[in-house]
Amino acid sequence: MLASNDIFETINMIREECLDIRTITMGISLFDCQCDDEKRLCTKIYDKIMFHAGNLVQTGMDIEKEYGIPIINKRVSVTPVALMCGGVSRDGALNIARTLDRAAGELGINFIGGYSALVQKGFSNGSRTLISAIPEALATTERLCSSVNVASTKAGINMDAVALMGKVIRETADLTKENSAIGCAKLVVFANVPEDNPFMAGAFHGMGEPETVINVGVSGPGVVASAIRRAGNECNLTEIAETIKRTAFKITRVGQLVAKLASERLNVPFGIVDLSLAPTPAIGDSVAYILESIGLEKCGCPGTTAALAMLNDAVKKGGVMASSHVGGLSGAFIPVSEDAGMIEAAGCGALSLEKLEAMTAVCSVGLDMIAIPGDIDEAVISGIIADEIAIGVVNTKTTAVRLIPAGKAGDMICFGGLLGEAPVIPVSRFSPEIMIKRGGRIPAPLQSLKN
Amino acid sequence: MKAVISVTGCDAIGIIAKASCVCAEFDVNIVDISQTVLQEYFSMIMVVEIDKISAPFSVFVDRMSELGKANSLEIRTMHEDIFNAMHRI
Repeated sequence: MLASNDIFETINMIREECLDIRTITMGISLFDCQCDDEKRLCTKIYDKIMFHAGNLVQTGMDIEKEYGIPIINKRVSVTPVALMCGGVSRDGALNIARTLDRAAGELGINFIGGYSALVQKGFSNGSRTLISAIPEALATTERLCSSVNVASTKAGINMDAVALMGKVIRETADLTKENSAIGCAKLVVFANVPEDNPFMAGAFHGMGEPETVINVGVSGPGVVASAIRRAGNECNLTEIAETIKRTAFKITRVGQLVAKLASERLNVPFGIVDLSLAPTPAIGDSVAYILESIGLEKCGCPGTTAALAMLNDAVKKGGVMASSHVGGLSGAFIPVSEDAGMIEAAGCGALSLEKLEAMTAVCSVGLDMIAIPGDIDEAVISGIIADEIAIGVVNTKTTAVRLIPAGKAGDMICFGGLLGEAPVIPVSRFSPEIMIKRGGRIPAPLQSLKN
Repeated sequence: MKAVISVTGCDAIGIIAKASCVCAEFDVNIVDISQTVLQEYFSMIMVVEIDKISAPFSVFVDRMSELGKANSLEIRTMHEDIFNAMHRI
C-alpha cells in the first residue's frame, strides 16, 4: 500500500518544485524517403513524419492528464538531413527545411530537430549543401533546429568545419538580428554528438537507430535544489551527493514510466531516457540554484566547477539505476538564458565565459545559450567553438556550442518562452584569426598516458 | 487498476461526500480513505479502483478537478503507477 507521505512527496514535487517530463521526442528515419526528384523527396518526408508522429501530441497530453505529470514538450527528430542532400541543390535543402517546419506546425510540436550534418572528418557534398543552407533555413522557419558535429575523440577536430561554423553563426545572427538573433538559438555545434539525444536544439535520429523510436528527457532541478535545502547545512558533501542520487533516482523513474507508456501507446520502440537536469527560466527550476544551495554565494564563484562535477556525477549514478536504457546527453545542463540563477550570475558578473568553459569540462553539453556581443568577428566565434570542442574531444565527452551574437556587452537579450533571456557576456578582444584561417584538422588525441 | 485522488484546501462540510458522489457517478470504487485536518487545513487521500469506470479516465480526472475548483479545493486524480514507479522498486 502506498504511504500518504510518499503520495504527498510526489504531488509536492510536481506542484511546488517544477518536476516535469521535459520532452517526449520521437525519432523518425528518413532513409526510405530518398528520391531523385526534390519535390517528391519533400512530399515523402512530410507524409512519413505525419504518418508516424500524427498522434504524438495527443498521446503526450493523455499521459499528462492520467498520470498528473506535466509533459512540457513533444518533439520530433529526423535522420541528419545532410545524408539526404547528396544529390540535392541548395534550394532543395531549403525546401526540406520548410517541409520539416510545416510538418512540425501541423503536428503542434514546438521544435523539430535533424537539420544536421556530421563533418568531424570532412565534408561530403550533402554536408556542404546543408551547411550552406543553414542560415537561410533558420531565418525562414520557426520550429526547425540544426546541429553540426565538427569533431570526435576518434577523428579529432575538423578545423575547416570550425571556421565555417563561425561564419554560419555570424550569418544566422545577421539574418535574424531583428529578432534577437533567434536563429542562433536553434543551431548547435557539437563534438562527440550523441545520436539519441531527445533535447533540442541538438536532437537528430542517428544512423544506428531503429525506424522510429521514443526517447524521453526528464528534468527537475527544482526538486534536487529543494532536497538539498531540506537536508540542511549540517550535511557534509558525501551526504549531499547521496541526497542528489536518491532524488535523481525518483525523477528518472517517472521518466522511465512515461517513456514506457508513450512507447506502448504509439507502438514505437522505447529508445532511452536522458537523465538530464534541464533548467527553465521559471523561478525554482534552476541548476545554478542547486549549486548555490550546496553553498556557493553565487554560481560562478570559486568552487563552482567542483560542485557541478559532484552534481553531474550524482545525477547519473542515481538516474542510471532507475532506467533500463540511458542515453542522450544525460547530465546537468547549464544554458545561461534558460536558467534564472545563471541569468542572475551572468548579469552581476559572477559568471564569465571562461568560467562557463571550465564548468563544461565536468558537466553535460557546453557553452549553451550564451549571448555574446553582436559585432563579434566570425574568427572569434570559431575560436570559442574550437576551445569548447577541444574540451569534449580530449575528455571523451560531448560538448557543444550555442552562441547568440546580439546587442552589446551588458545588454539583456530576450528570446521568449523556454529560451528565456540572457545578458550579453563580454568576450576577449584578442583575435585567433590566423590560427582559424590555417584550417586543416587537429589530430585525434592520444587515449593513453592520461595526465 | 487504481488511482489516487488527493484533496487539499480549507476544511468545509461535505468534502468527502461530494468527492464520493462523483466516484459513484463514474462507477469508481473507493478502497481506502485517509484524511487529516491540521488547524483549518484539510488534506485527504482516496485510493480508488478504476477497473469498472463508466467513462474514459481522463473525463473522470477533469470532473474531479472541476469539483475542486467549484469548492475552492485542489483535487488531483492520478494513476497510481506514477507513485509506484517513484517509491517502489
